[in-house]
Amino acid sequence: MAEMLTGSEGAHHGKKRGGVRAKKLSTRVDMTPMVDLAFLLVTFFILTTTMSKPKAMQVVMPEKDVKDTAQMSKIRESESMTILLGGNDRVYYYFGIENPKVEVTNFTNIRKVIQQRNREVLALQQANGWKPNGVYIGIKPTDKSRYQNLVDMLDEMKINDIKSYAIVDPTPEELAMLPE
Amino acid sequence: MPRASTAIDMTPMVDVAFLLVTFFILTTQFRPDEPVQVQMPSSTSMTQPQEKGNLTITIAPDGRIFFDLDNQNYRRELIQRMGETYGINFTLDEINAFVVGSSIGMPMNQLKSFLALPPEDRRKVEQPGIPADTTKSLANELYYWLENGRRAGNNPVILIKGDLNATYPAVRNVFETLALSKVNKFGLITADEMPPPPDALK
Repeated sequence: MAEMLTGSEGAHHGKKRGGVRAKKLSTRVDMTPMVDLAFLLVTFFILTTTMSKPKAMQVVMPEKDVKDTAQMSKIRESESMTILLGGNDRVYYYFGIENPKVEVTNFTNIRKVIQQRNREVLALQQANGWKPNGVYIGIKPTDKSRYQNLVDMLDEMKINDIKSYAIVDPTPEELAMLPE
Repeated sequence: MPRASTAIDMTPMVDVAFLLVTFFILTTQFRPDEPVQVQMPSSTSMTQPQEKGNLTITIAPDGRIFFDLDNQNYRRELIQRMGETYGINFTLDEINAFVVGSSIGMPMNQLKSFLALPPEDRRKVEQPGIPADTTKSLANELYYWLENGRRAGNNPVILIKGDLNATYPAVRNVFETLALSKVNKFGLITADEMPPPPDALK
């Protein structure tokens, strides 16, 4: 433990050696309480501090006045993909626009689907000499989805390096296609 | 042979301990007293928002909406502008109560009486959230908070802090209101997440 040298002990020692040093008191201070306090404070600050700073994900929404249908119509059916976010963390998706075949999947498997579709579309765009923008994805969150689904999907766009995507409301026809 | 002393020199330990204390004192930021706790979804995004002067819209798990402008001078101007828009005269005490406060989630017709409460009581009030829809009417109070907040805050960075369980209709109301206010670029506040390893993307 800490040093327990007191003034009288010091004096005692001095006497043993016989003499003048008797009056010299120890200049040592018992630091134990100070250390106790310091570590208490350290612990307090470690526990209260939040180390991970929040991050921000930049989102760009389509302009309101320019109706997205006009933009959408320019996209070829073979270049598009629509992702519907359903309840219970389910993901529905379909390719093209006419007579879509809706498939269901989850957030783990959608990455493979997006990557494959992106590769196919890129190959197609290269073969036909179209702008190599990759797949155009419409993200359509339904009322049953939660906020995390949207953030996960936007993150998926970033991870897979999808350049053209938009958050759009699902149409009544699309909602009717979902089995729920 | 003299008995070896069991006393240890604690000075270096004290030095280190106080160095740590100083470090933590300087880096710690105390969380302001927020009216609602949100659990943020995670993303692989690496951008850090600036710390001060942001305009933050919080969406609680139950869909309630809170508004915050992170600068006391801006807040003073904001509450005065809001008073003008809704024809409410705030007293100096009420304005000061708003200026030092944090996120607000009171409808305008209850805001005055809310700000008049003593601080302890104010903390206990369960705030009902700011009414929001997708129109420009005075009933869409979020729109006017946003408009006045942007003017008072000198075009601040706009951030949305949503709870991961917030239902989408509330989020849509916020997005639509932002679009009404011609805000097309904003940030979603998220927690950290490790990006997947590059070979997982093949």
